[in-house]
Amino acid sequence: MFSEWKFTAKDIAEKADLFMSGHRACAGCAAATVMRLVLKAVRGPIIATSATGCMEVVSSIYPYTSWATPWIHTAFENVAANASGIEAALKILKKKGRIKQQRIDVIAFAGDGGTYDIGIQALSGAVERGHDFLYVLYDNEAYMNTGIQRSGGTPHGASTTTSPAGTVIPGKVQYKKPIADIMVAHDMPYVATASPHYWRDLITKARKGIEVDGPAFLHTFAPCPRGWRSDPSKSIEISRIAVETCIFPLWEAINGEYQLSAPSKVIALRPERKKPVREYLKMQGRFRHLFTPKFEKIIDEIQQLTDKRWQRLLKKCGIV
Amino acid sequence: MESVAKQKLLALNGDEAVAYAAKQSDVDVAAAYPVTPQTIIVERFSEYVANGEVDTEFVCVESEHSAMTACITASATGARTFTATAAPGLALMHEMLYVASGCRAPVVMTVVNRALSAPINIHCDHSDSMSERDSGWIQIYAENSQEAYDSMIQAFRIAENPEILLPVMVCLDGFTLSHALENVHVLSDDIAKKFVGTRQFPRVTAHEGKDASFRLDPENPISIGPIAFPNYYFEIKRQQEEAMKNAPKIIQQVHEEYAQISGRHYGNGLLDAYCLEDAEIAIICLGSTAGTVKTVVNELRAEGVKAGLLRIRSFRPLPVEGIVKALEKVRAVAVMDRSLSFGGHGGPVFHEVHHALYDTPVHPYIVNYIYGLGGRDTSPSHIRKIYEDLQGILQTQRVEDPVRYVRLRG
Repeated sequence: MFSEWKFTAKDIAEKADLFMSGHRACAGCAAATVMRLVLKAVRGPIIATSATGCMEVVSSIYPYTSWATPWIHTAFENVAANASGIEAALKILKKKGRIKQQRIDVIAFAGDGGTYDIGIQALSGAVERGHDFLYVLYDNEAYMNTGIQRSGGTPHGASTTTSPAGTVIPGKVQYKKPIADIMVAHDMPYVATASPHYWRDLITKARKGIEVDGPAFLHTFAPCPRGWRSDPSKSIEISRIAVETCIFPLWEAINGEYQLSAPSKVIALRPERKKPVREYLKMQGRFRHLFTPKFEKIIDEIQQLTDKRWQRLLKKCGIV
Repeated sequence: MESVAKQKLLALNGDEAVAYAAKQSDVDVAAAYPVTPQTIIVERFSEYVANGEVDTEFVCVESEHSAMTACITASATGARTFTATAAPGLALMHEMLYVASGCRAPVVMTVVNRALSAPINIHCDHSDSMSERDSGWIQIYAENSQEAYDSMIQAFRIAENPEILLPVMVCLDGFTLSHALENVHVLSDDIAKKFVGTRQFPRVTAHEGKDASFRLDPENPISIGPIAFPNYYFEIKRQQEEAMKNAPKIIQQVHEEYAQISGRHYGNGLLDAYCLEDAEIAIICLGSTAGTVKTVVNELRAEGVKAGLLRIRSFRPLPVEGIVKALEKVRAVAVMDRSLSFGGHGGPVFHEVHHALYDTPVHPYIVNYIYGLGGRDTSPSHIRKIYEDLQGILQTQRVEDPVRYVRLRG
């Protein structure tokens, strides 16, 4: 199903960037790192497409572009339909002999707003139709480009501009939608989660998503210093602690079969390594209000929820 | 007219005629969603795909928004693309219609005209496409199924012309045309395919000043659909208007060239006049109503009344000079609108015709008739009444109520 592609850090460093420097992403933006890492995984020519959002805006301010590969953006809610059209065109143009390349892979990028919320219809439809493309979700857990409004990917308790921590309501009341599980329920061939701290894991999964026949979904974790009110120098550290606390466990589901990835498997095998969520929350200003006597019990709730979801994942992976 | 003899006569409804034209146009990607009354187009086209009669990738999308999206990106990838829709579907596409024209994607779309909700109503009027008249699409309105077929074949040539590179909407009246059986002359597959030709790509400046063809090609990467701020956005929109200005010439050329192989003319391709040379009173309308009007014109002419008709075939771009010229000798004009511009003074066709005449010496009496909303039938007797009204205006030398409604309760 997958090639035996092996790579060293040097290979990756030397491989040409398709998402080039000079883009306008904020200092410490992990989404930009995710973009760059994913595009290091390509096996040949690609066409990329983006939903409206941070990574689209920072990379394509006319007349400049950061894309050293053909790229198209159309709107917010439809990147999976963008990919559908590209893939359908490539298929028929190749059949008719109107394109030279043997194979051109299609990669779609969208944030959490363009995936969890407004983009889920197009995504679900494209996956049902079985288009051969990799969908990369860079999840910075709110509408960051628009001004830090809450999305279906914003976690419980986070303060955003539309779920502000007030004197009565402690940030977002609802819970984060389990988007990757929803994609697994589409019975698609490849779904995985990845965090930029574990760059080798992320690149490997992106490559698998590219190689697999049919649709693949890669849920990447993308700390956002502006929206998370975190230190821009800590984004990669936060993306590690998110895994260590099991807030964002790493796994893949190949043809619906869940398996933990190494960084999370270590925790499953040695539960004493699992860090309390408090360590993750305390690094981010969006959770600052939880560290007050009035709202402190919400930290316990988040811990319980994290544990519950972790146990559920372990069960799916056949551990426990 | 050698090839005229080669045409087959088929009994097709408007939807089938459109699907047949799409079949012959070497469409690479079709993406569509079923919305009545265009659904038959998609069904017929699916059959062509299922039977291997077309070499097309058919994407049966989950919404009209995705249909237009997939057409845009497939087009950007280099494919000839086609879709079809109607009222609510077109409304859902609204956002993407502007993206299609802004990305200069030469998508061809059939719009089977029908009323917008609420109340929900599946029958014909022009509310849907009139709401999109500013979306940067060329709009061609067909009078009958034959013209719908012919216009579809022409549409790809117009859209893909490097001087234009804009999407084209071919509009036909819901049910009146889409579901009514008609004898339609069709070209042979070879001749149609040859006429449409293969898609040509303009040259653009790509990365690092390299010359590239305007498509998503890994050998010469370009970025399409970027963000453009106040320092550039305006010029990009102005370029679309320039393309629109190039369109009348190309529409006429393609129409003339098509007439050579088909033997069929629709005026000059932009405007189709009937008994207008010496007409004192005239109706201006779009679409299938023109057929009814012609019948009444024939009756009136037999009675010695100098009645005429001007049918606008290309509403976008609007042939302003042609309209003025056509109305030079007409003394009273009734503009028929099959949609409402709520709170405006009359319907959109009325607005535009009125506006076209303002700065000219051509000033006939002009009156607007809103008619047929939600599929209400407009029969010859209603058209005759309009001509009688125009005669009355000529007698009284005044227009009492410039915006009127045809066949409306109280």
